[in-house]
Amino acid sequence: MKNLYLPIPMKVEKNLIETEDRNIKTLTLSFLNKRDEESFGFMPGQFAELSVLGAGEAPFGIASSPMYKKHLDFSISLAGLVTTELHNLDPGDTVGMRGPLGNGYPIDMLQNKNVLIIGGGFGFSTLRAFTSFMLHPENRKQYEDISVVYGARNPGLLLYRNELSEWEKRNDVQLHVTVDKGDENWEGRTGVVPVIVKELRVDTENTVALVCGPPVMIKFTLPVLAELGFAPEQVYLSLEMKMKCGIGKCGRCNIGSKYVCTDGPVFSLAQLNLLPQEY
Amino acid sequence: MDYKSIRKSEITEFLDNLIKEYVIFAPIEKDDIVLYGRIKSGNEVILDYSNSVNSPKEAVIPQLETLISCKTDKDITCVKEHLDEQEQFLLFGARPCDARSLLFLDKVFSDEECKDIYYVNRRNAVTIISLGCTLPQETCFCTTTGGGPFSTDGSDLLFIDIGDSYIVQIITEKGAELVEKLDLRKTQDDELTGMDMLIKKSRASIEPEIELDKLKDKLDRSFEGSAWEILAEKCLSCGICTYLCPACHCFDIVDEERKCEVERIRLWDSCQFPHFTMQTSGFNPRPTYKERYRQRIMHKFSYCIDNYGMVGCVGCGRCVTQCPVNLDIRQVLTSFYGK
Repeated sequence: MKNLYLPIPMKVEKNLIETEDRNIKTLTLSFLNKRDEESFGFMPGQFAELSVLGAGEAPFGIASSPMYKKHLDFSISLAGLVTTELHNLDPGDTVGMRGPLGNGYPIDMLQNKNVLIIGGGFGFSTLRAFTSFMLHPENRKQYEDISVVYGARNPGLLLYRNELSEWEKRNDVQLHVTVDKGDENWEGRTGVVPVIVKELRVDTENTVALVCGPPVMIKFTLPVLAELGFAPEQVYLSLEMKMKCGIGKCGRCNIGSKYVCTDGPVFSLAQLNLLPQEY
Repeated sequence: MDYKSIRKSEITEFLDNLIKEYVIFAPIEKDDIVLYGRIKSGNEVILDYSNSVNSPKEAVIPQLETLISCKTDKDITCVKEHLDEQEQFLLFGARPCDARSLLFLDKVFSDEECKDIYYVNRRNAVTIISLGCTLPQETCFCTTTGGGPFSTDGSDLLFIDIGDSYIVQIITEKGAELVEKLDLRKTQDDELTGMDMLIKKSRASIEPEIELDKLKDKLDRSFEGSAWEILAEKCLSCGICTYLCPACHCFDIVDEERKCEVERIRLWDSCQFPHFTMQTSGFNPRPTYKERYRQRIMHKFSYCIDNYGMVGCVGCGRCVTQCPVNLDIRQVLTSFYGK
């Protein structure tokens, strides 16, 4: 029997400052043991518990694509004890990882569909993983049109800029990067995510929207999607909740009878509509 | 069904024999209350008791346990798993409600797809001899939750008090093996007749008042109602109901530095505490007493049915007897049931 509380030892490869306010860093980890690397597989949208012994564990979405097996990325927003320790890690340090946990995005169901990615701020991390996964040469033909709307409060808070500019050059993905408020150097779009989504004029037939971002973005984006004609079955959200065990036992991340850690974190809006509004 | 009998006067000797093989947890008197605790000798045990203040869940989910540890001067590559071999553990004299609670905990911690190794190791080492309830308390409601004063669910052996002897009902193979090691006498037919009458009488004194499926339906429809606010007005959010409940199992995991070692510890937690669901951002999906009290009731009587096919309550009545503000879960359930 496997010990589900035992972290996999990982090595820090990079700990990159993502945002100008230095509040978000992307930690790139590799496996210390070859055997762990070989047995580890995950789907975009899944998460893991990162742990620094002495500080504790916390859950983070896996921000990199499973097509790149050797490294795992986690984008970490500085907030509490564990995230402070994670921000202080240097290349060569070791860190624990338990996972993969949760269900991930419904990739089977998305085959041969148009995919509309809607991300806000720090919530973009697992959507970046999934976009990168879809855009991989081995996978791209399994999806129809791919559109990405990604917004941040200001240009300095945009994550994964190198990757965004690479996507910008491609003609098989429509990228709409926006900021709530630009600065003197910003030449891109300005406006909040729901407004940009509304302007897209997407054909909802055969399209699925995947949404992850701050509560305020979700609150105003869902009515826009409904207005555009998306049925609740065509909208998926990735949720956050305080977690400890990540395996459906410690009892704190439930919404009604569903555990965000095991039944989620990805739910369709149709599923969420059946659950109590307690998230 | 197989039965044996043992005279009450032989119980001390019976336990003293078993103590050589098992760590025995049994009801004992401590500071004027009855608690489950480890015994060193058979004569410490109290069997003419209603129910213990604490539940015996500690046998399978200790209040504190170290999951892993690591020397502070080492890193995560040198983690030690705390999976010591378990001593054989005998829970003696537990009430049938408490024995039944372990079947519920099994569903949470021992489900096929996701077994909790710490729990499973302990659980496999546990043998349960329970003691049927000839005189249920006023606060008992086991029959409402699917059990009964002589329920055999979760027990390996069930003792039934018939006066100067106990009838020993053999329930599982584990129980049969234990009985074989001991020299118990054959049960007389008149003893069995007496036992049947006792069982009937006891059960009749706590007839169930609620159908659980109907209750679930009514609770699901009352999630948004104002009733929760009124109920929670009385609650102190002290969490005592959750600590004493044999089915409550929510836990926290924290790291603690001790001497030259960091330990990752699992400890009991409670859905009644605000920090239970408070996110680092400050957002809390259950910000007030109302949401937290509702969670406790909904979890036990609705969500557990969805997830495990049984309610997360065995009707032991501890939360009723020990609540400092007399918040009576039976009245709460009845109030929703009547809606």
